[in-house]
This record gives sequence, C-alpha cells and structure tokens, in this order.
Amino acid sequence: MSTSMEAGISRAVQSRHRERGLVLRFIAAQPLGAAGLLVILLMAAAAIFADLLAPYDPEAIDFASMLAPPSAEHFLGTDAFGRDILTRLLYGARTALSIGFLSSFLGCTAGGLLGVASAYFGGRVDLLLQRLVDIVLCFPIIVLALVMVAVVGHRPLLGIDLNLVAAIAIPIVPRAARVVRAAALSVRAMPYIDAARAGGYGHVHIILRHMAPNVAAPYLILLTAYIAQAILLEASLSFLGLGVVEPKPAWGLMLAGDSSNFYQEAPWMILFPGLAISLAVFAFNLFGDALRDWLDPKFRT
Amino acid sequence: MSATLSALNEVPGCPPDALAAPILAVEDLAVEFDTAAGTVRAVDGVSWSVRAGETLGLVGESGCGKSVSALSVMRLLAKPAGRIVGGRVMFGGQNLLRLPEGEMRALRGRDISMIFQEPMTSLNPVMTVGAQLAEPLRIHLGMTEAQARARSIELLGMVGIPDGARRLAQYPHQFSGGMRQRVMIAIGLACEPKVIIADEPTTALDVTIQAQILELMKDLSRRLGITLVLITHNLGIVARYADRLAVMYAGRVVEEGPAAEVFAAPRHPYTIGLLRSVPRLDRPRDGALETIEGLPPNLLRPPAGCRFAPRCAARLPVCEKDPPLRGMGAERRAACHRAEDMPAAMPELRAPAAALASGPTAEASAGGPLLEVRGLSKHFGMPARGFFRDGPVVRAVEDVSFTISRGETLGLVGESGCGKTTVGRLVLRLDQPSKGEILFGGGNIATATEPEMRALRTRMQVIFQDPYSSLNPRMTVGDTISEPLLHRLGMRRTEARERTAALLRQVGLPAEMGQRYPHQMSGGQRQRVGIARALAMEPEFIVCDEAVSALDVSVQGQIINLLAELQAELGLSYLFIAHDLAVVRHLSHRVVVMYLGRVMEVADRDTLYAAPLHPYTRALLDAAPVPDPDVERKRPPRTLGGELPSPLAPPSGCVFRTRCPMAIPDCAAVVPPLQEARAGHLAACIRV
Amino acid sequence: MLRYAARRIALMVPTLLGVALLTFFMLRVVPGDIVEVKLRSDGAQVTQEMIDSERARLGLDRPLVVQFGDWMRGLVTLDLGTSMWTGRPVAQEIGIRLGLTMQVAFMAAVIAVLIAVPLGTISALWRDTWLDYAVRIFTMAGLAVPSFWLGMLVILGLLSVFHWSPPVTYTPFWRSPLENISQLIWPALAVGYRYAAVVARMVRSSVIEVMREDYIRTARAKGVFERLVVARHAMRNAMLPAITVVGLEFAFLIGGLVVTEQVFNLNGIGRLFVEAVSRSDFVLVQALVMLLAVVFVTMNLLIDMLYGVLDPRVRHG
Repeated sequence: MSTSMEAGISRAVQSRHRERGLVLRFIAAQPLGAAGLLVILLMAAAAIFADLLAPYDPEAIDFASMLAPPSAEHFLGTDAFGRDILTRLLYGARTALSIGFLSSFLGCTAGGLLGVASAYFGGRVDLLLQRLVDIVLCFPIIVLALVMVAVVGHRPLLGIDLNLVAAIAIPIVPRAARVVRAAALSVRAMPYIDAARAGGYGHVHIILRHMAPNVAAPYLILLTAYIAQAILLEASLSFLGLGVVEPKPAWGLMLAGDSSNFYQEAPWMILFPGLAISLAVFAFNLFGDALRDWLDPKFRT
Repeated sequence: MSATLSALNEVPGCPPDALAAPILAVEDLAVEFDTAAGTVRAVDGVSWSVRAGETLGLVGESGCGKSVSALSVMRLLAKPAGRIVGGRVMFGGQNLLRLPEGEMRALRGRDISMIFQEPMTSLNPVMTVGAQLAEPLRIHLGMTEAQARARSIELLGMVGIPDGARRLAQYPHQFSGGMRQRVMIAIGLACEPKVIIADEPTTALDVTIQAQILELMKDLSRRLGITLVLITHNLGIVARYADRLAVMYAGRVVEEGPAAEVFAAPRHPYTIGLLRSVPRLDRPRDGALETIEGLPPNLLRPPAGCRFAPRCAARLPVCEKDPPLRGMGAERRAACHRAEDMPAAMPELRAPAAALASGPTAEASAGGPLLEVRGLSKHFGMPARGFFRDGPVVRAVEDVSFTISRGETLGLVGESGCGKTTVGRLVLRLDQPSKGEILFGGGNIATATEPEMRALRTRMQVIFQDPYSSLNPRMTVGDTISEPLLHRLGMRRTEARERTAALLRQVGLPAEMGQRYPHQMSGGQRQRVGIARALAMEPEFIVCDEAVSALDVSVQGQIINLLAELQAELGLSYLFIAHDLAVVRHLSHRVVVMYLGRVMEVADRDTLYAAPLHPYTRALLDAAPVPDPDVERKRPPRTLGGELPSPLAPPSGCVFRTRCPMAIPDCAAVVPPLQEARAGHLAACIRV
Repeated sequence: MLRYAARRIALMVPTLLGVALLTFFMLRVVPGDIVEVKLRSDGAQVTQEMIDSERARLGLDRPLVVQFGDWMRGLVTLDLGTSMWTGRPVAQEIGIRLGLTMQVAFMAAVIAVLIAVPLGTISALWRDTWLDYAVRIFTMAGLAVPSFWLGMLVILGLLSVFHWSPPVTYTPFWRSPLENISQLIWPALAVGYRYAAVVARMVRSSVIEVMREDYIRTARAKGVFERLVVARHAMRNAMLPAITVVGLEFAFLIGGLVVTEQVFNLNGIGRLFVEAVSRSDFVLVQALVMLLAVVFVTMNLLIDMLYGVLDPRVRHG
C-alpha cells in the first residue's frame, strides 16, 4: 500500500514538475506569446476585482464633473454623464471578457464537435454539414450577428446578455466546424484510427478517445483566436447600439452615442476604451499565434 | 597537396596509379543542427572522397548523416537550424566551404549537381518542365531561349522521355513519379557537370522503376564520364552500381573501400551486421535472421568511445576508446579496434530463437482454411464530373481469391497501386468490399452486420506500416495496449495492468515503457508496441500491412524475427503484405503476386522464388538488387520497361500486357484466368 | 475551363437558395411587428384596423410560404420589392448607395494588397529578425484595432492638423475624381489597415511554407540566383493562398463597412443595413443579405477561376 502511495505521490510531483516545465518552456520558446498571456491575466484580474479596484460606481451620474479631462480625481477623465472612465473601463473588461470567452467557447465547442463528427462519419452526414456550413459562411460575421441580434433581442442572465452571446457564438460555429473538420479529416486518415476501428470500439469511444484529443491543438488555437474576434464583435455591436445597452459599461458602448458627438472636444472619451479593446484583442491574438507556433509541429525545428 | 592525398599516400603498399586525385573530397566535416532538445552533431568528423569517373556509394541508416554531408557539399543545408562547424570540402583545388556565395552559386548545377529523393515534390508545380530544364542552361551556359529549348529536347531524349518537344510544355503533375525523376536527372545533366550527387534517388519509386532509373544513371554517367555519388540505405543498390563505398554510422564513416572487397570481407562489425541482417534472395532461407541488437545512439548525447560498441557483439574493453578511421592495406579504411580480425572474429549474431516454421502446423491444415477470400473486388468512385454524371471508377481490387490456413503466413507482394493494401483493408472490413466473399470464423466479413463485425474483430488484428502514425500520440503506450483488454475483453484494471506488462515483455520491451508516450520511443520500439496492441486482443489472424518496410535494416531484422517467433509460439496466421520480395520470402509459406488490382501468380514460397511462371513475377525478381557485387555482376541487366498504366484506364485483357516482354496480340483480347499450372501453383497468363 | 466555370456557377444556385431560405425564415420568427412600430412612430393613435389594413397592404397577412415564393419570384426577375419603411423600391435604395461602398472597398483592397504583399514577403524572408518582428507587431495591431475607432482617430487627427471633418455629402467620382478620392481615402485607410494585416500575415506564412519546399532546394541546387528563387519559384506558389484571402476579405470588408460608414458619415450599404435592422425593415434586410451573399459567392468563383489560371494542377485537374 505504501509503495502505491509513494508511486502516486511521485507521479503527482512529476506531473506538477512537468506542468511547471511546460509554462517555463512556453515562456522561453514564445516570449511574445507569454507577454500576451500576461496581459490577458491582468485584464482578467481587473475584470474579476473590478469592485475592489474601481474608484467610483460605474453607473453613477455626476453632472458636476461632465467631460472632465484626466486629473487626480479621474485618472482617465469622465464622459458626458460625468461617469469615471477608468471605472467603466474596469467593469467593461468584465463585459468584454465574459461575453468574449463565453461566445467563443460555445461557438468553438459546438463547431468543433460538429467538425469532428462530420469528419469521422464522412459520407452523407459530412456532405450535408458542409453544405450548411457553406451557406452560413456566405454571411459576413458581423452581418449575421446583427441579424441574430435583431431576431432574438436581449435576455440578460447574471449580468450577461445571453442572446448577445448567442448572436456572436452562432456565426463562429460554422467557421470553427470547418477548421476542426479539416484537422479531424487528417486525424481520421491516421492508421491509429484504423487500428481503433479494427479493435471494434464504438463510434463514441473512438471519437472521444482517439479523435478529439488529437484535434485539441487546433481547437485551443481557434478558441483563443475567436475570443479576440468576439471581443471585437461585441464592441462593434455595442457601438452600433445593438449589443450591450446603457447604462451597463462596455468598451464598444463607450465609443458610441454621446462619445461620437463630443469626442472632438474630449478625446479621452474615445482614446481609452479604444485602446482597451485593441489591447485585449492584441493580447489574445499574440497568445493565440504563439500557441499555434508552439503546438504546430511544422513550426518546430 | 591536399590533406586527403597525403593521407592516402601514407597508406602502405598503395599503388600510386590507383590514387588518382579525388575530384571531390569531404574532409573532417562537422555539421550541427539546433533542435528543440538541444544541439545535435549530425555529422562528426566525416571524410569521404570520390575520384573522377567513379561511382561512390554512401551507405547508412536514417539519421547517420549521409544526406547531411552531401547537402553540405552543395552548401544547401536548411538554414538557420543546420550549420557547418568544421572541416573542408575540396573540389577543383578549392575549399567550397570558403567560397563566396556568388561563386558557390555559379558552381551549383554547373560543376556539381544534385538529384533528390522525392520526385513528387522536387519540381516546381506551377512551372513547365521546359522552363525548369532551361534554367541551368540559360544561367550557366548563357544559351538563348531557342538553344536551351533544343538542348532540353535532346536532354529529355537522353533520359528516355520521348516526344520531348511536347513534353516541355507540360507541368510536373502530368508526369509519373518515375518520369519526374527522369526530368530531375535531365536537369542534373543539363550542364554536363563533373559530379552528380544522387540522394536516395529511387527510394520513393517502385522496384521495376527503380531499376530503370538506376540503369539510366549508370549508363549516362559512364557515357559522359560523370562522377556519381550515390546515397542510399539499400545495400543491394550499392552492390549493383557502386565502385567504392563508404559506410556511415551515427554521424561518422566507419568503413570505406572498393565495393567488391567490402562486401566480400567487411572490416567493421556494423557493416557485417548490416550484411547479415537483411533477408536475401540469393541465399537459402534458413532459420531466424541475424540481427544487430539495440538502437543507434542518440546524437544529442553520443557515447564517448566507439559509437557502435553498445550494439557490437565483438566488443572489447578497448572499445571504450574512440577508434580512428585507419588505413587497412590498399584502399581500405575502417574505424574499429579489431578491424584486422574481422570479419572472422565476429560471432554469429543469430538470436537463439526457434527455427522458422516451415509450414502450417499439422493440426491446422486438417481443419480447412481459416480465411477464404473469393472473387473480392473493390471499386472506388472518383469525385463526380458533373451534376448528373458519376465520376470514373478505379478498380483497385478485381476478382481476388486466396485462402490462409491456421498457422500459415500468406505473403502478398506487388508494387504500389497493385491493390495489396486495399485487400488487407477489405479483409479487416476497414473498407466495404464491392463484390465477393471473405469467409472467416464461420461468417462472411463482406456482409457482416456491425454487431457481428464487432464480435469478429477480437479474432483478427492489424499491424500497420508507419510506426509513427499508427499509435495515438495522446495515449501512453500502456493505455494503448490495455485499451482492448479493458474495453473489449472486459478485464479489470489490475488484471489488465499485469497483462499489459506481460505483453510488453513478450514483444521485447521492458514493462516500464508502458508509461511512455509514442514520441518518446524509436521507430522499432513503436512497431513493437503496435504488435503488442494486436496481440492484446488474442487474435488468431493478423494482417501485417508493410509492417517492416518503414524500419531501418538493422531494426527490420529484429521485427521480422519477432513476428516469426510469435507465430511459432501462438500459432498465429498472417496476411503479410509487402513490396520487398526478400522479406516476403523470409516470412511467408505461400505468396500471392498482384499487379494493377489483379492476382498474377500464387504459389508456395520455394516454388515461386525458384521457378516463377508469370512474366511479371520474373521481372520483379530480376529488378530486385541483391547485396552481393559478384551475383550482381553475373546477372544480365534485364529491366522491365514502361510505366504502370493508370488504374482509371487499365489495359484490356491482361493488365500486364503493356509492359510484358512476352506479350502477343491475344493478350489484349481476354483477361487471362488464374489457372493451376502445376499442383498448388497458379498463374494468370496465357503464355505459361 | 469554360465547362469548369459553368459547373461552378451551377453550384452557386443551391447555396444562394439556402441563404435565401435561412434569411427569410430567420427574420420571420422575430417577435414584434414592423407595422406597429412604424405606425406608432408617427405618434398617432393606432387601431387594430389600421394595423390590419397596413399588413394587408404589405402582404404580410398571407402564409409564409406564399410570401417566400413571391420574394423568390421577385429575386429572379430582379424585383427586390419595396422598403417597408420608406416605401421606396429596395433596388433604388441599394442602387444609390452601392457605388460608394464598392468604391471604398475597392480602394481599401488596392491599398491592402500594395502594402501587404511586400510586407509579408519581407517578413518571411527575414524571419525572426527585428524587421520581421516589426512587421508582425504592425500586422497584429491591424487585427486588434477596431476600424471604427481607427476611423475616429483619423478624423481626430485630420481635424487637429488640417481642420478637416467628414463632409455631409461626398463628391461623386465623376464630378471631381481628385476630391472624391481625397475624401474617401480616409475611410479606405481605416478599413484597409485590417485588410492589409490579414493579407500580410497570410503572405508571410505562405512564403515561409513555400521556401521550405523541396523544389526551392532544387532551384538552389541548379544554381539559380537567390533573387530569382524567390521571384520566380517561390512567389507564384506563395500567392495562391494569398489570393483566397484577398478575395474573401473583400467580401467580408463590405460587412466591416457596416460600422465604419457610421463614423465617417458615409451613406453606403453598411449604414443602410444597420438602419434596416434597427427598423426591422425585413424586405430591405433580406435584400441586403442576399446582395452580400452574392458578392461572397461571386468572389469565391473569381478566386477559383484565378486558381485555374495560376495553378496548372487545377487547370488540368
């Protein structure tokens, strides 16, 4: 018994060892990607601890300090309602990251499963799915999201507009399905899948145990890339007044409405939210790119 | 005077006339590659040289540094990972490694040209063959477009491509693999260089096409007085074509000398091992193969002493010191402390295994065949050509029949595209047969329902060719082997763990290997894992699809022996699919020869190899080179002409008639039936 | 080649039909009704009869299948119906705006290709040098910066330096090409940045991949000048995937303009689309969606045709 326990402990130690080695190796091999990851983590921290970090209430209107330039009280100035921009940026991170992650996760997971199943079964199932994907791909992503928003309206749950998430996730589904299908097709052609078929295992067993783990790399890369896309999309929709609605803080929304009327007099109103969007998308792309280079054996020498 | 010359002059008793100055000499070359795991010294102090008009064979297994040393000559190593860290490359009195890039460029293709392994990817797909052929002519010889065109047509004629004027306007994808390699040779010859370096020029080609290409290269280099450096892993090719050879192992040259002498009396244990571990067509087949145990060293951390010592059966304490490459009388060099004693001092390497089963076990033959295939066909539909028109049909397998008894190995040979792999997949029902029956274990695999098939699958298993892609990279080896135990045989975890360990030991791996992932193992080890996975199901019958063809010679022998032992021990039946005639002969009891989807000949092993009836089988046997220069010199060069016809439009009548030396007009009329010519010996040819 | 084109065009039909079906029925499940919204927007009292008669006038009281059939019939005869909001023919609404959007998109495409191809190639050939890092950061920023925000910054910059602000109406090209271009160059740049970034990244990875091919080694072994190895052997192969991206991004760009037109006060297709969506003007929305789908499918067709010209394997395949 003690030996098995020892073995278990040494395995646990080893695996932790391996994980730490993994992070260190990633930083060494992809310094830019690591920088991206750091920014992502900082933003996530800002989003989670917004209540503690933010100096003001994000929705508190203060007409006394309307359109105030950056100062000691308001580091990044105030907007047309006198709301503190830094505060709204911090809370906006919450909106951006939660919607971005949720919609990318849902879209990529649904698309990924469809793609793997499509590649595995082939034949008519695959053909039908491909045609569907072709059709949905005809809509530019923002156009589809716009139509979706118009169709489904808003339905907030726990501070997240679920319909907005759906509107962003659905255009992602066919795109993710196409990429994962291509990856899964090459896995499908691998002899180890034939070996599993020759072993007589069930379809679900083969898909989950042999196919899915081997398309995990493209899935992760897609997930990161589409978080970036989704953040951008949410910002665009909110900017058009079809995404997050006032007075909830969202970066895209901070660029819309009154901002577009006053930004020539109070440029800080648009400067910082725009920077926040760009930085978030930049960080996710940086990390995603590094992840791709790191996971793709073709890029490893 | 160059260092090589002076080195050669020190060799005692060396006649000066044999020491014509080398035209190209690699001296003490060292090349390093940066990899994720660290810096690898892929070539470590390598010297070889070639004299004008001579053909040098550069032999060794994958990763031994033979290609890297050749690419270094051309200064074409992949940058920035690979770099030359020492040594010289002497050509025409200058060190090529010191030449300015501009002069080096001017030399490439004009004085030294190179032919690569992969004809399918070595030509630019968006440029016409004419444009690619004209390039060296216009750059190096300053020809006008018209001159280059005339010369290109002439060159195509020289390499055996008729109708050159028309072919020049075509693109590479309109040429077959063999034809593309001919184009590559034409490009290499374009400026009549002094030296051509051919890096595994025929490895990607079928054996009959390989013979055509090698004969062509030999012939042209003789006629034009071109010096040839032939890089290959195939000892038979060296025996047939090389005047001298250099054997490489783990980044070093271990032996060098005239081909005839090296083959007759190898001085280095590695060379001896290589020659003994290949199954050979020119020797009687007796018992297990001798093998070199173990694996080549990891060049990230090469051993301090002799690099071959850990695998060497003639190892002595002195081998912990690095042996220099020493002169051994006239023209011979070897890097072994015991070179003078070799090959006599080399102990028999034969594994103490049971002798090869000579035939199916007695109890087996009584019970009728284990597997019976009748009239099996597989037609693949190509993508549709229009909305309402079906695509063309490829008849990958057409009317194939054979039987396998219990404990028997049936060999299935043929070149690529002959349908042998498809037959294996159909038998396993990985593909759905179009026609025919596959009777196994009381059922018909061709029509079995999914649950019936699931039940049958525990009784038949498969071993694939590529050990790299046949194991799931995300599963540990232990999980791979225990998967059938847990999910098909219903074992409990503890039981499965013990059984997995036992299976690993059975295939010659330590049980601890179960914790590893495939990428942490070598090719041979992975192939053993693949075998263990197949055995886990406790099958009666295993399809071996090119199970040893991706392995290096020294490892291949080990796996062949393992398969033979397991058969003797467990009474397994094999369908052994391969393109290598010698390997098939070594393992099989009976052999089926296929060509373009059809069976050409079926016979028991000894009859087939001693007295083949079908002209195709004879051509195959003629084309396969044998690792013995004496045998090769005595054989008249008889190469099969022509190309494999497109499987989309196979010839009418006998599919082989377009290349058959015995074809008569009648052959086009009817498909020759597979007829019994002698007892148990069937051939599909009307001229038998 | 012609037969190939004909087959590809025939294959467009089912895809477009699918787009039409999806759009039509998706829009019809929307809760709320344009008729009510529209009538109430005048601030007048609305009775059920008024709503019913307006619905009947717009043909909304008929079964969905009949409505769809009507729409399809209209599409085939190029009659796109009338806007439910303005009452003007949809074809006219689109017609007066299409030119502007296409012009901006086209200018953006030209800018993007001119910038992206050299940048991507340089980045690939000098891989892992400071030059490559600079290009990669520049292109990655292009993916990150929202074009509408970039537009705002451009306007802000122009305002403070040249005291220029976006005109209320743009000068048509035929009246004064120079003025027209000087006005439209800014929105084209704002959306072209992202476009260029996408294409440059594709060119970079494609050139890197091609430079690793065996035939590049063959060319070098022949003694071809390194300049020619890149120009003659690598670029034609590397451009094939880049062409796909240039084409598809062009189609998507029209989507991207949805937001940017807002910023630059451009009265184009994008703005029309946003208005139509926020007013639930389905007839207009579905016509615009079809338009974008046709642009996308046509772009795909053009890409395939171009492949046929540039890649002999497709041509003879």
